[in-house]
Amino acid sequence: MVETAKLDTAAGKRAPAGGEALLVRGVSHSFGDVRALNEVSLTVAPGAFTVLLGLNGAGKSTLFALITRLYDNTSGEISIFGNDVRRRPSSALQRLGVVFQSRTLDADLSLLQNLTYHAALHGYGRREGRRRAHAALQMVGLDKRAHEKVRNLSGGQARRVEIARSMLHEPGLLLLDEPTVGLDIDSRQSVIAIVRGLVRDHGIGVLWATHLIDEIDPNDRIVVMHKGRVLYSGSVPGLLEAGRASDPASAFRTLTGQPTAEAA
Amino acid sequence: MSIDTLARAATGAQRAPQASHLTVAGFLACFRGIVWREVLRFLHQRERFFSALVRPLVWLFIFAAGFRQVLGVSIIPPYETYVLYETYIAPGLIGMILLFNAMQSSLSMVYDRETGAMRTLLVSPYPRWFLLTSKLIGGVSVALLQVYAFLAIAYFWEIEPDAAALPVGLTLGGQFVGFEIPAPFNGYITVLPAIVLSGLMLGAFGLFLSSVIRQLENFAGVMNFVIFPMFFASSALYPLWRVRESSPLLYEICRFNPFTHAVELIRFAFYCQFDLNSFYVVAGCTILFLACAIYAYNPSKGLIARRGPGGPKN
Repeated sequence: MVETAKLDTAAGKRAPAGGEALLVRGVSHSFGDVRALNEVSLTVAPGAFTVLLGLNGAGKSTLFALITRLYDNTSGEISIFGNDVRRRPSSALQRLGVVFQSRTLDADLSLLQNLTYHAALHGYGRREGRRRAHAALQMVGLDKRAHEKVRNLSGGQARRVEIARSMLHEPGLLLLDEPTVGLDIDSRQSVIAIVRGLVRDHGIGVLWATHLIDEIDPNDRIVVMHKGRVLYSGSVPGLLEAGRASDPASAFRTLTGQPTAEAA
Repeated sequence: MSIDTLARAATGAQRAPQASHLTVAGFLACFRGIVWREVLRFLHQRERFFSALVRPLVWLFIFAAGFRQVLGVSIIPPYETYVLYETYIAPGLIGMILLFNAMQSSLSMVYDRETGAMRTLLVSPYPRWFLLTSKLIGGVSVALLQVYAFLAIAYFWEIEPDAAALPVGLTLGGQFVGFEIPAPFNGYITVLPAIVLSGLMLGAFGLFLSSVIRQLENFAGVMNFVIFPMFFASSALYPLWRVRESSPLLYEICRFNPFTHAVELIRFAFYCQFDLNSFYVVAGCTILFLACAIYAYNPSKGLIARRGPGGPKN
């Protein structure tokens, strides 16, 4: 059965508000005359790894900016575990962890200082923040380097620190915006493995934005975005059926009429 | 290692805070974290510390020494006698440190916004006004370190407050109970609130500017159109009566300039005096600029919301 954005919207309307880790329903957003998002709807269930697939300019970062409430959506609804990000931003943001596309660690500070700062932003005192920071660094295998400056880390290690940081406050939903861009193969696999482990073992809902199709697992949910619209939302087999293709890359090309970065 | 480590091996760690956790302790931890990060970043950037010190010292040791004979200063409040030109411009140089620090903070905000680093601050569950105000106070804390380092060096240049001893205590039954703080320490203490308030005003102005500026490249132009006019069209370098003698229009501009009032507030406080008029202007401008900055960073109404984020898009 072909699953479409329209069907997903309907599913979103049926879903109980508190049931989804993330619910985006009918969201549009414009910057001046430029319409960045057009009636975007998608959901991320707890314990689901959802890939947000789209080329540069598809609107992925704009969508992330709205979910993280960098600014408010002009129409539609975004809620995290039933908390509308506009009406109850504190409750929503407490359950959200984010790894941004650009590197956001402070290179002049140590790993530990970066993480305790983030812990403070979530209201943890110094002692509790340090304890959580050490535990989170241990989670990504970097606890022994806690006192080193971030500038001494490789790109992949810095990404792992950012993942550790995003998990410090134990969110139920994790957003990752192109987290593997610029990483070598080993680092990419390491990052992907860590995040998939969080989903598999601990029921974290993940929205993973990427333009790299080889990061898709057959069991993932897929959302294809193109030019501010959701073209497809559903399972991998559904994507193949919708694109009348034998592999996700071909299906993506058929749906968008564009090559993927991976294919290029 | 898994998230279990985070949730439970963090011995005694409590479950992640939920909506009701926005307690006073949580606000304090958040505030302390933001301020501490600003201070840490400053301490890690030694070049920034030295360049922040060198700038006013160059003005003090070279510019002021050279103009000592040219620019005499008559007896005007808060001075009770003729003062050297170096002494006159010292409060203006404190203002200069605050002004440059505010613009430096503003610059780093623009940079953080372009690189996306600022989002880590803004995705905190605490209210945005609180986050911005905390960041502002963090910037002022950094400026305080610079100002007192400058004053310590200036002390050896014989620039020090020489007001009468400051009594601290109560008069009970016609008898004073307490102690007196002698000069110069009294001036160093009484100038502190004036520096903090002036720093907040200039920092809030910088914060607002950072929201208006689209790109880092535009900032250099704004610096030229903000820092230099603010500094030169003020009482930092010359008393206003001298400005009025040469140009009544410039005099009015100087009087309208909030930086003039920040400098005067600091100047009077340095001599254990209080300039009420300047206080009103500086306090009023602080509230106005901070309100504008908070509005500009408002996710639904502000300027950033209208034009979109900086940084990479996809």
